[in-house]
Amino acid sequence: MEILNLARQAILMPAGIQDGDIEKIMGRLLSSPVDAADIYFQSSHFESWVMEGGIIKEGSHNIEQGAGVRAVFGEKTGFAYSDRIELPVLLEAANNVKAIVRQGQEADPLHCKVSTKPIDWPKYYATQNPLKSLADQQKIDLLHRVENETRKLDSRIEEVIVSLIGVHEHILVARQDGSLVADVRPLVRMNVTVIVEQDGQREQGSMGGGGRSDYSYFIDRDTALEYGREAVRQALVNLEAVEAPAGNMTVVLGSGWPGILLHEAIGHGLEGDFNRKGTSAFSGRVGERVASDLCTVVDDGTLAGRRGSLTIDDEGTPTEKTVLIENGILKGYMQDQLNARLMGVSPTGNGRRESYAHLPMPRMTNTYMLPGQHDPEEIIKSVKKGLYAKNFGGGQVDITSGKFVFSASEAYLIEDGKITRAVKGATLIGNGPDVLTKVSMVGSDLKLDSGVGTCGKDGQSVPVGVGQPTLKIDGLTVGGTSV
Amino acid sequence: MQNHEHINHLKNIVQDILDEAAKQGASAAEAGLSQENGLSVSVRLGDVETIEHHCDQGLGVTVYFGQRKGSASTTDLSIASIKETVGAACSIARYTSEDKYAGLPEKELLATEFPDLDLNHPWDIGVDGAIVLAIECEDAARSYHQEISNSEGASVDTHQGIRVMGNSLGFLQGYASTRHSLSCSVLAQRGDSMQRDYWYTVARNARDLESAVEVGKKAAERTLRRLQARSLSTRQCPVLYCAETASGLLGSFVGAISGGNLYRKSSFLLDALDKQVFPEFIRIHEQPYLKGALGSCAYDGEGVAPQTRDIVSEGILRGYVLSTYSARKLGMRSTGNAGGVHNLTIDPGKLDYQGMLKELNTGLLITELMGQGVNMVTGDYSRGAAGFWVENGVIQFPVEEITIAGNLKDMLKNIVAVGNDVDYRGNIRTGSILVERMSIAGE
Repeated sequence: MEILNLARQAILMPAGIQDGDIEKIMGRLLSSPVDAADIYFQSSHFESWVMEGGIIKEGSHNIEQGAGVRAVFGEKTGFAYSDRIELPVLLEAANNVKAIVRQGQEADPLHCKVSTKPIDWPKYYATQNPLKSLADQQKIDLLHRVENETRKLDSRIEEVIVSLIGVHEHILVARQDGSLVADVRPLVRMNVTVIVEQDGQREQGSMGGGGRSDYSYFIDRDTALEYGREAVRQALVNLEAVEAPAGNMTVVLGSGWPGILLHEAIGHGLEGDFNRKGTSAFSGRVGERVASDLCTVVDDGTLAGRRGSLTIDDEGTPTEKTVLIENGILKGYMQDQLNARLMGVSPTGNGRRESYAHLPMPRMTNTYMLPGQHDPEEIIKSVKKGLYAKNFGGGQVDITSGKFVFSASEAYLIEDGKITRAVKGATLIGNGPDVLTKVSMVGSDLKLDSGVGTCGKDGQSVPVGVGQPTLKIDGLTVGGTSV
Repeated sequence: MQNHEHINHLKNIVQDILDEAAKQGASAAEAGLSQENGLSVSVRLGDVETIEHHCDQGLGVTVYFGQRKGSASTTDLSIASIKETVGAACSIARYTSEDKYAGLPEKELLATEFPDLDLNHPWDIGVDGAIVLAIECEDAARSYHQEISNSEGASVDTHQGIRVMGNSLGFLQGYASTRHSLSCSVLAQRGDSMQRDYWYTVARNARDLESAVEVGKKAAERTLRRLQARSLSTRQCPVLYCAETASGLLGSFVGAISGGNLYRKSSFLLDALDKQVFPEFIRIHEQPYLKGALGSCAYDGEGVAPQTRDIVSEGILRGYVLSTYSARKLGMRSTGNAGGVHNLTIDPGKLDYQGMLKELNTGLLITELMGQGVNMVTGDYSRGAAGFWVENGVIQFPVEEITIAGNLKDMLKNIVAVGNDVDYRGNIRTGSILVERMSIAGE
């Protein structure tokens, strides 16, 4: 079925909201001279299953639904939301938010006519409900199988925790021109954590993945079992790890998830809101060199089935592949509608919100660096003394000072061009505007992450993706204990 | 509607949910319901930026079929949706395993006394009043110094919520609470150096908030002092955590003695009960019944009575932080900490902030930490940091782009002093904390 109709059926029909009701709410919003207005309807179904200690320990099913009403006037935004999708509630919300226009004058009554013409966006994922892609018993069987197979891998395994999460979300955005746009978004994720013990010493390893797909993602190609193998491998490597070095050194970052470097070091700093306000270390720097000429970085919401992908963003703008940095030169920012309008540029499909209860703002989708020329082995060989960071936990950035961190969870020393000992996890810290100028080699092995990223900004979490080829950075501070 | 009446109304809904669970065959059930209303107003560069009206509600239910458990939640409180939600929880319980540790708390541990903790003080400030206050705050920051070059704005937030919870053991309680805050964030520029910092105040009662001008001035001062920060060379030295960052350090300690990490054996403080974890002068205790405090409550997330108790005395770990489930897994009893600790307080020492700087003498004052970088299993600790280099008790220059690293086990044992410059804005109350020695990585 056509997506708009699916969304109507999932959200509006159960609530008894007709097109005429949307016209009334929008009419109320537009009775003040606002620049933009929208109503965001959402209905999400979420489930999670956890296996731990050899048993299915937890299961939960959650429903979140509601609507957010927004009016924008200049740089001002009025916003109200409710989990009750009812006409009187939404009309009152509209009254509250249009008060953002304080002149008090009423506009010429603008009539909003809902347009039901379906718009044919490219589709990057299916609309089917992932929660129903397996029967509950099959989900349980899958968890058992992953747990069993993982536990068998090594006698040092003390505990295996496997979790499975699925989301099926319908969104519908009513915009001030009367157009209704909708999206149906599936999202699945599985995670395996193991705790290992050897001679009284404990360590843990964790691996997971997923995407905008259904549970077959974990069964086809045995992805789920691969997560278990990888979690065990990481935990065992960490059992052998010695103190990490401290200080500034050459760092080689592995491909895939280490792309969190790009997300933290430059991604956030290139979000439109910070740049419109002039609060980012990258503000006003379009056209300048911010990376070595080996670096081309994009934000791409159009990748099929990826965790960070979206057909349309939460303002109804189709997503794009946006070039952020091309051969080292800063090309542009990621925009939502408000910031694009105020900066006089086009929106880039990066207007995202955690839910109806949050305001949209510029956010990343899948952010990655394009591949270069070098063989990854050649990159390692070129380093006399340094750190090879293969896997990471989370990161954080101060977009004003440009300082960012990300924490290695699996790392090795490089000595005379060879990977030698494993070292304990350590935080790496650098300066966003110049870290990429120190990229001296870019591998040919571009890889995207396995689908685990969640990005937080202003208290709002959204799923994202990252990726990169193997990279060599001539000088990054490594926060170990071995001084 | 009066709070009392409204709480009774919500109690009736919770009782209906519990009845519905019994009807659907659950042998035991627990349900929680919350409603919250709020207003957030933010201004930037002297004008309104956003006005947000918040209105949230949610219902969560957990059912037990013998030793099998299922949970569900919804934001839709219609009768049909409540039935469906209970049904979803029951359906999940068909697939979860028998878990002999699962179940409601022991009845005798449930709270039976419900003193008025003075948590509910609605603030009738209104949109216009909030705008005036936020502008006053931001103005104080922007006019503080000519190097204050830009602003992320100031905001006023006020929330009032009602929470009701009940279980099939006959527990059914509810209370109203409020939370108000005022915050400000500005930028400063000198040459190429651009920095941003913020300050905020938060309280149950608006009367207890710092003044708008004070918040603005502090935001400006904190931003200005960071200008032209530089890195340090790699070294080892003493580290003073300012009160705000010290609460994070204690937060890691709480994580390590929390039931979930203990029974999974993923804590660096396994089997540490009755052992020396801190130096002898350290006492850490919980104060759940403090009037008007942010972490106060008369019952925990399961209805269990929290305890006024020492978690650490004479540096020795006296108790864990346990919920019913994690306690049973460890062969112990719940400590009333389902949902976390309650006003965890480390006894302040004799020194104020200046005194603590003198005690540090020469070393690093940390005012901001970045990233996660804490391995709960091993205690390995490595985080990004910013702060100030201090010599002979006097701040020399701001520092950034460095990391501090160590092992939490050693760091806790090697605490040299705790200041009396206590930060009361969170659920963990501590002054600044001086750690004898850590590894600093920099340029």
